[in-house]
Amino acid sequence: MPNLRFTEKALSDWMRSDAADSEIVISSRVRIARNLQHYPFPMLASNEQSEEVLNKLSEVLQYDDVHAFGDFHTLDLIDIDDLDKRVLVEKHLISPSLVNESRNGAVILSEDESVSIMINEEDHLRIQCLYPGFQVKEAWEKASAIDDAFEAHVDYAFDDRRGYLTSCPTNVGTGVRASVMMHLPALVMTQQIGRILTAVSQVGLTVRGIYGEGSEAMGNLFQISNQITLGQTEQEVIDNLHSVVLQMIGHERTARERLITDSRLRITDRVMRSYGILSHAAIVDSKEAAQRLSDVRLGVDLGLLDGLSITVMNELNVMTQPGFLQKTFGEDMRTDERDIYRAQLIRDTINAANQS
Amino acid sequence: MLCQECNKRPATLHFTKIVNGEKTEFHICESCAREKGEMIPGTAGGFSIHNLLSGLLDFEPSGKNGSAGAPPAQSLRCEECGMTYSQFSKIGRFGCSSCYKYFDSRLDPLFKRVHGSTSHVGKVPARAGGRIKVKRQITDLKRDLQESITQEEFEKAAQIRDQIRELEKEIAEE
Repeated sequence: MPNLRFTEKALSDWMRSDAADSEIVISSRVRIARNLQHYPFPMLASNEQSEEVLNKLSEVLQYDDVHAFGDFHTLDLIDIDDLDKRVLVEKHLISPSLVNESRNGAVILSEDESVSIMINEEDHLRIQCLYPGFQVKEAWEKASAIDDAFEAHVDYAFDDRRGYLTSCPTNVGTGVRASVMMHLPALVMTQQIGRILTAVSQVGLTVRGIYGEGSEAMGNLFQISNQITLGQTEQEVIDNLHSVVLQMIGHERTARERLITDSRLRITDRVMRSYGILSHAAIVDSKEAAQRLSDVRLGVDLGLLDGLSITVMNELNVMTQPGFLQKTFGEDMRTDERDIYRAQLIRDTINAANQS
Repeated sequence: MLCQECNKRPATLHFTKIVNGEKTEFHICESCAREKGEMIPGTAGGFSIHNLLSGLLDFEPSGKNGSAGAPPAQSLRCEECGMTYSQFSKIGRFGCSSCYKYFDSRLDPLFKRVHGSTSHVGKVPARAGGRIKVKRQITDLKRDLQESITQEEFEKAAQIRDQIRELEKEIAEE
């Protein structure tokens, strides 16, 4: 079994750092979609063709200019069992469609898991940089530099007028999707979130649940990303997202301050109730876990709770997902059993954090 | 407006379905839309961005304000990978990079709707894109030239003109 270190622990190394604005922005991610010239896109590629693409792109890693970005580990999807794949999805290191639709799919991960390069997903190449906190500019610079390093060795499908050609018309042009994951409980509680999300969608940005397209916003987590990839430069896209997120951080902070001045007792009660449940309950389903963890995270940020850190909260967000629970407690688990193990895991983690 | 299915979440998707002249309106939230994928016209298995896209792709521009002179969609086929325009409009994805060339006559309205724009202004691959970079440089210089003429800075204008000629020669030689 190759490199199981990536699925054995919930936290990627990068999550342990204290990053900018991490009490509101959980992570920043930039993904660049690219395709090789003269090969059909993965959906239509034959087995031989997608294998060639995989070999070509894996070879690029051997060059020094790519290697300069760190030690990489290549995982062929075919060598990874279903549960480990699921854990990789839960850690946002690979996408669900690499798991479900890919032929000759592979992922190349950097040692610290901040860089993940998917091969034969919807496009031949998807370079992703995932940073903690609000570092969308840094993530773009890194992803773009890796893109340059690949481009020095392979020919990309590119057109004068349409830019980088991608499988889906929604990615054509720059192929760049930049997103930040935000925890916005105060805006939700004060019922300002709807208004703000509408405004966000009017400036070419879109809001999704935390596992991408189609997933629900659980636990007050919102993923904000650019919608437009054609007709704007990468820099404009990144700057636009950056400035909108900066404003949202401001609104969330103001809302938190207002909550703590106007309704300190009620907010303390809410945080403590959730904390009480998480540290004592015997059954917790995933929806409740998401909501209670959001309350406790807010409590940590507002200084209402001692002992827990944002890092522990990040860890719990990943550990309470179905794949990770099964990884920890055994594979064949019914949903109701999962709720019991989830409760146990949360209790143990909170107690351990309090004793350390 | 609340979702007409669950009556809990706000309706974010609004459809009008016309069957035999009978008009039905739908106001539903994304979560119910996913569960009840079949009630959205054109979605069989579920709801996804590609289903939405295919709704856009099926759209036939009317004669007057549409893409006049464009070949009928049914006859378009990518000679590289074999995908037809009608397949593309169902799946919502291109089969290969040549599809962009063969379907070109139909793509401007789509890109306009999705991105509000039809041409790329961002990054260009350094190696293959040398020529494109030079072209962009020429466009920029032409603008500078116009400006210096307006400002009556003729000496500067002459310099820029020479620069443009130099670059144009460079492209022609390739």
